[in-house]
Amino acid sequence: MTSKSTAIHGEKVSLLRILGPGHVWALGVGIVLVGEFMGWNFAVGKGGMLAALVACWFAGLLYTCVAMIDSEVTSTVAAAGGQYAQAKHIVGPLMAFNVGLFLVMAYTMLEAANAFTLGYLVQTVGGMAGYEGVWDKPFVVLTIMFLAWLNYRGVFATLTFNLVITAIAFFAIVVLFLAILSVNSGQVDHAAMIGTNTLPYGWLGVIASMHFGLWYYLGIEGTTQAAEEVRSPARALPLGTMTGIITLLIAATMTWYICAGLMPWEYLGQAVTPLFDAARLTGSNALMWLLFVGTLFSTLASANGCINDASRAWFSMGRDRYLPVWFGAVHPKYRTPFRAIVFLIPVALVFALQVPLDQIITFSILSGLLGYTFMSFNMIMFRNKWPLDSIKRGYVHPLHPLPAIVLLLLCIVTYFAVFLGYGTQLVAMMVFYIAASLWFAFHRYKYVKRGDQFTMNWPRPQGY
Amino acid sequence: MPNIAEMNAFQLLELAAWVISAILGLWMLIDLIRTNSAYSEDVLMSSREGEIEDELVIDPTQRR
Repeated sequence: MTSKSTAIHGEKVSLLRILGPGHVWALGVGIVLVGEFMGWNFAVGKGGMLAALVACWFAGLLYTCVAMIDSEVTSTVAAAGGQYAQAKHIVGPLMAFNVGLFLVMAYTMLEAANAFTLGYLVQTVGGMAGYEGVWDKPFVVLTIMFLAWLNYRGVFATLTFNLVITAIAFFAIVVLFLAILSVNSGQVDHAAMIGTNTLPYGWLGVIASMHFGLWYYLGIEGTTQAAEEVRSPARALPLGTMTGIITLLIAATMTWYICAGLMPWEYLGQAVTPLFDAARLTGSNALMWLLFVGTLFSTLASANGCINDASRAWFSMGRDRYLPVWFGAVHPKYRTPFRAIVFLIPVALVFALQVPLDQIITFSILSGLLGYTFMSFNMIMFRNKWPLDSIKRGYVHPLHPLPAIVLLLLCIVTYFAVFLGYGTQLVAMMVFYIAASLWFAFHRYKYVKRGDQFTMNWPRPQGY
Repeated sequence: MPNIAEMNAFQLLELAAWVISAILGLWMLIDLIRTNSAYSEDVLMSSREGEIEDELVIDPTQRR
């Protein structure tokens, strides 16, 4: 290794372009699939069985719009940072700074929630095996440290690992669903699913359930963070994202059917690991172990993808000097944003060890929701400023502007749903982002090299 | 805290989790410090957004 080498012509380091569509699928579905194994069922507690199914479908519609919009924009803005880079080029620096923060907060808190769940799962298994006083904290810390280390060492191994464990977790849901349809069909209580008492809080409960309905799909937009590391962004990103949302729509519907058929809504609405509980109810040891492994793998895959995405967003903001430029470094050997990865470890540990699970999930959902609201405006501005014939796109989504309008309307409904249960957190989050925006506008932006941040070789936007 | 000989299997697992976490954390920290001192900031910061010219991307340690 040469000491203190300087950058001369041809001696540069950048993120490694090595990923394919399968890795993009694994990144998106890997982050989200844990939502079927835990979290979505709080929607049942908010509004009952049927409300959770309606939330599953409407949240599915919301995320289909997100996937369509993301696929078109990111097939053109092929840069790490995903929606942050999109916002920078299409809306402006202040929006970009906020979107970057939404991404980092959403993914870091989701990572913390995953580590928390994994610790709980190990603790439960320890209790079932007859050990008393099993402590979850060592396993929470190990999860975060191991996955951060894997991310530090390189993106290819990280996302190949995600591909394998995500596929196994999805397979576990399919096997349980098939078992419920065949061998265990007698256990399914159809009356409890869609009978007379399935909307205990009426239609207001349906709206309230949208809050945790997002958990079925939260994170699929993370595929865009791989934009600078895929071999063919224009092809791989739309393909990975669209197949990802299709996978999740199938998994979410199967999950609702399995759990709603086997458990009373009063229990399901507050269960920590509903699919694992459903497998235990079948009485089959094989299914129980398969779903234990599936739950374990889904939490690992999600935390793994979250570290990948949060670090890329943080790195991109550092590279553009929106944050201290020190974070914009790439490891010369592993080709990863190593400083951003290490910096975010203690942040995730504090959330995982100190903050209650429902609060972490709510903050993650709120940050995600703010990002989706931005996407609806972003899409309309993108098509207005750069019409279809002005920039070559890898994917053009149909029915514009309908997906953007539907997305915005569903976001408004979900804000109201969050306000119903977690109004204080909603206000606290808004105050945090307003304070951060003031800091950026009046202090940080003077350090940004304004010309350097706009890197896309695009024509001048219409009307400018 | 019981000594190792008195620990049950799960307590040993907990201890192993702490030890592995510490090793991984230290490994990253040491590598970060070594990398920071071995390369100039110009090299570490040389990545540019959306850059797709693969031939420009060279890992200095892997150059022949």
